[in-house]
Amino acid sequence: MTRKKRRLYMLGLALLGLGAAAALTLTAFEDNIVFFFSPTQLQTQQVGDRNFRLGGLVEQGSVTKLPDGVTTRFVVTDTVNSVPVTYRGQLPDLFREGQGVVAEGRLAGGVFQAREVLAKHDENYMPPEVADALKQAEHFKATTKTLKPSS
Amino acid sequence: MHRFANPARFQRLSAAILPWSAGATVILLIVGLYVSLFGSPPDYQQGDTVRIMYIHVPAAWMSLFVYVNMAIAAACGLVWKHPLADLFAKAAAPVGAGFTLICLVTGSLWGAPMWGTWWVWDARLTSVLILFFLYLGYMALVNAFDDPQRGMRAGNVLLLVGVVNVPIIKFSVEWWNTLHQPASVIRMGGPTIDPTMLVPLAVMALGFTTYFITVVLLRLRAEIVQRKIQTLRLTEAQG
Repeated sequence: MTRKKRRLYMLGLALLGLGAAAALTLTAFEDNIVFFFSPTQLQTQQVGDRNFRLGGLVEQGSVTKLPDGVTTRFVVTDTVNSVPVTYRGQLPDLFREGQGVVAEGRLAGGVFQAREVLAKHDENYMPPEVADALKQAEHFKATTKTLKPSS
Repeated sequence: MHRFANPARFQRLSAAILPWSAGATVILLIVGLYVSLFGSPPDYQQGDTVRIMYIHVPAAWMSLFVYVNMAIAAACGLVWKHPLADLFAKAAAPVGAGFTLICLVTGSLWGAPMWGTWWVWDARLTSVLILFFLYLGYMALVNAFDDPQRGMRAGNVLLLVGVVNVPIIKFSVEWWNTLHQPASVIRMGGPTIDPTMLVPLAVMALGFTTYFITVVLLRLRAEIVQRKIQTLRLTEAQG
């Protein structure tokens, strides 16, 4: 074996070991690297009285402003389970129904008291006209589907 | 591969490439900035704020691309003792660090209005910050030795250790819940960006790449000339 080959094998082995070590560490820390819990994860996760982050979609039609003008109530859902949230303060630009949010706070009597609300956007980017066209196509599909049985 | 280790040959080759890569950079960046800022539509959710993407995303890609290239060079330097490989990694480091800084700063400026925060410690943001520190650490380490050869060796080892961070950055948005969105372009099932926005993004990414090639060639040429001057001075002093 030449010295070059030996160096190459040494390097390969070292990288393999390093990769394995990193993978083991990351899987061991899995729960701590997670930035937020979904409503479904909350069912099994023991959160108790400590602060944590709750993430999911803002349920359609669930956002209500309380009469005091600064408190907002909404429901965070992952389409399987949902958690009601109250938040006092200003919401980010992207906060809207049907969009992702990550809220930080604690659970009190089944209601999540948020101290901070962040908006999470998805990976889709398109001009408004395309979004409108898509929405119309979906609407069209939905109406034709409901019409089908009668025709 | 050692064909290009000959400094005279490298100087000739790089001199031939430089005008083309520099010209391409100027044209691509002018065209790219125009189509990103004026020639592309606003986003249906984010409005005009989406234009930060045309700087942020290419800078993020380059931060990883440059690092991977440096790591490959480090492996060539360690295993085959290729003289230009060491110099390449050293020349590319500040450029890669610059791209990473641009990525972090534009990301922060984008996060403030859209997410509602400048910074969060989620897996993606944290792993990119670590990449930035890897670049800085490499530069500090290479310059920390009196014997430049030993500095390069230590730096190469650091570069190769840091390679584990590259897949972590790329897949952080899939492995863990993050505030950062999942990948929009390089993903299974094709891009989820409308073509009217994907084209400006591609032009900017190409422009960033030719910029990187241009600057690294210039820095390598300067380094080689500097070494030549050093050896000339040494022989003069001895003779």
